Amino acid sequence: MTDNLIEIKNLAFSYGTRPILNNVNMAMSRGKVVAVMGGSGSGKTTLLRLIGGEIKPAGGHVKVADQIVHHLSRDELFKLRRKMGMLFQFGALFTDISVFDNVAFQIREHTTLPESMVRDLVLMKLQAVGLRGAHHLMPAELSGGMARRVALARSIALDPMLVMYDEPFTGLDPISLSVIGNLIRRLTDALGMMSIVVTHDVQESLKIVDYVYFLADGVIAAQGTPQEVKSSVAPFVHQFVHGEEDGPVPFHYPAQSYQKDLALEDFVA
Amino acid sequence: MRNRIVVSIQAIGHRTIDSIWRLGVASRFFVWVLLKSTTSFLRFGLVVREIYFVGVLSLIIILVSGLFVGMVLGLQGYETLQKYGSESAVGTLVALSLVRELGPVMAALLFASRAGSAITAEIGLMKATNQLAAMGMMAVDPIARVVAPRFWAGVISMPFLAAMFSVMGVFGGYLVTVVFIGVDNGSFWSQMQNAVDFRYDIVNGVIKSCFFGVAVTAIAVFEGFDAPPTAEGVSGATTRTVVTSSLVILGLDFVLTSFMFRGVS
Repeated sequence: MTDNLIEIKNLAFSYGTRPILNNVNMAMSRGKVVAVMGGSGSGKTTLLRLIGGEIKPAGGHVKVADQIVHHLSRDELFKLRRKMGMLFQFGALFTDISVFDNVAFQIREHTTLPESMVRDLVLMKLQAVGLRGAHHLMPAELSGGMARRVALARSIALDPMLVMYDEPFTGLDPISLSVIGNLIRRLTDALGMMSIVVTHDVQESLKIVDYVYFLADGVIAAQGTPQEVKSSVAPFVHQFVHGEEDGPVPFHYPAQSYQKDLALEDFVA
Repeated sequence: MRNRIVVSIQAIGHRTIDSIWRLGVASRFFVWVLLKSTTSFLRFGLVVREIYFVGVLSLIIILVSGLFVGMVLGLQGYETLQKYGSESAVGTLVALSLVRELGPVMAALLFASRAGSAITAEIGLMKATNQLAAMGMMAVDPIARVVAPRFWAGVISMPFLAAMFSVMGVFGGYLVTVVFIGVDNGSFWSQMQNAVDFRYDIVNGVIKSCFFGVAVTAIAVFEGFDAPPTAEGVSGATTRTVVTSSLVILGLDFVLTSFMFRGVS
């Protein structure tokens, strides 16, 4: 038994022949907020899916609460997932039921609490994300940012030990962004759970996280506390934190030369 | 030229293997749905809710179609039978055609277009928008919670819809032949009553509609669950549901009729 809630050892994964993660090692303990950052397509969401047992690794393993996730049977995995919450990139709210029923979904499925208590719990979760007054709306009536906040309320409905947030700050206005950031921090501290935040929002996440991993080309390119990250002179971290175009992280997807693509080689020469 | 032939043969081979593979995946999925059906029966409210969407909301199209099919049968039947002076047997013709064949088959074809396509589109879209994945991450099995209730709702609704199609058809036939044309009311009903056998006509019709219900809904839920999570993927799956279901209904109808055929007397 270790203090670490999540241990990732030599993790490797590929989609077909395209490698996504290669020899990734991480350790995350209870009560911490950990950010995973990296460019688009660097494998951040894949990492969350591996932790949640949605996909199986090609090598290495992910241990959650001392259980190797991909060794678990379906029933064991579902038992473990009851203690996990996940906020999907685009919310993934159930579109045929109301905001209230979305947040109540997990409580009704996994507990036998009376409806009056379910109501109180749901309204408390919605109050936390500022949408108590929107409990009667349908998901189609919400803006993108509101839908994400409802999804956040849903992911914490059963006070899980681990919550994974996939881009929680995207599409939020500055006020909601700050409130949600603080909420993630406060929930983690109050419930003694752990939070993994996959995000591109460097400035907001550095305010609330305890540790940061940078993923690039399927490996951990850098890691450290927010202070270490801010003061880092490593080219990769510097480029990412300051949003610079030039640096080790390429902006362009690999391609043949621009001139060749536009058939301008002869003119340029 | 030779290369082209080889490539064509290879393509046919690939398509055949893919189809067989997909049939295997579909069969495994079907067994999985049956195994995960406990939730549907323990929480029957989930099935009832789906019966409303796939059954009750299909009623209008079923009833209106049944009425018109019955009216056409009445007209055509009367025209032919009056040549032999047997126009009073038009009730028998309408009832037997509907109860044995047209009721179950037409209702199933309409059900595939109306409810089957809706089931596929809904499940496919839930997959494309990560709703099924979210459910799985909440430790709720999407097959037990989403697929199985829709499957059983379709299976339960189908025989009722077929029965209502036949009832409306008989009423349509009555309307045209008795009310409008003037065939004798008593002969219309009494001949029908004498000719239609409960066991061999009505029960066989119900058995057919049960088989059609299983086939259509199984195809619909599988296509939805297996749909690529894109707009084209969901639209392709919806089309496949309607086309495959229609062909399976007609093929299955022949097989079932063969088993129910009592021979030449």
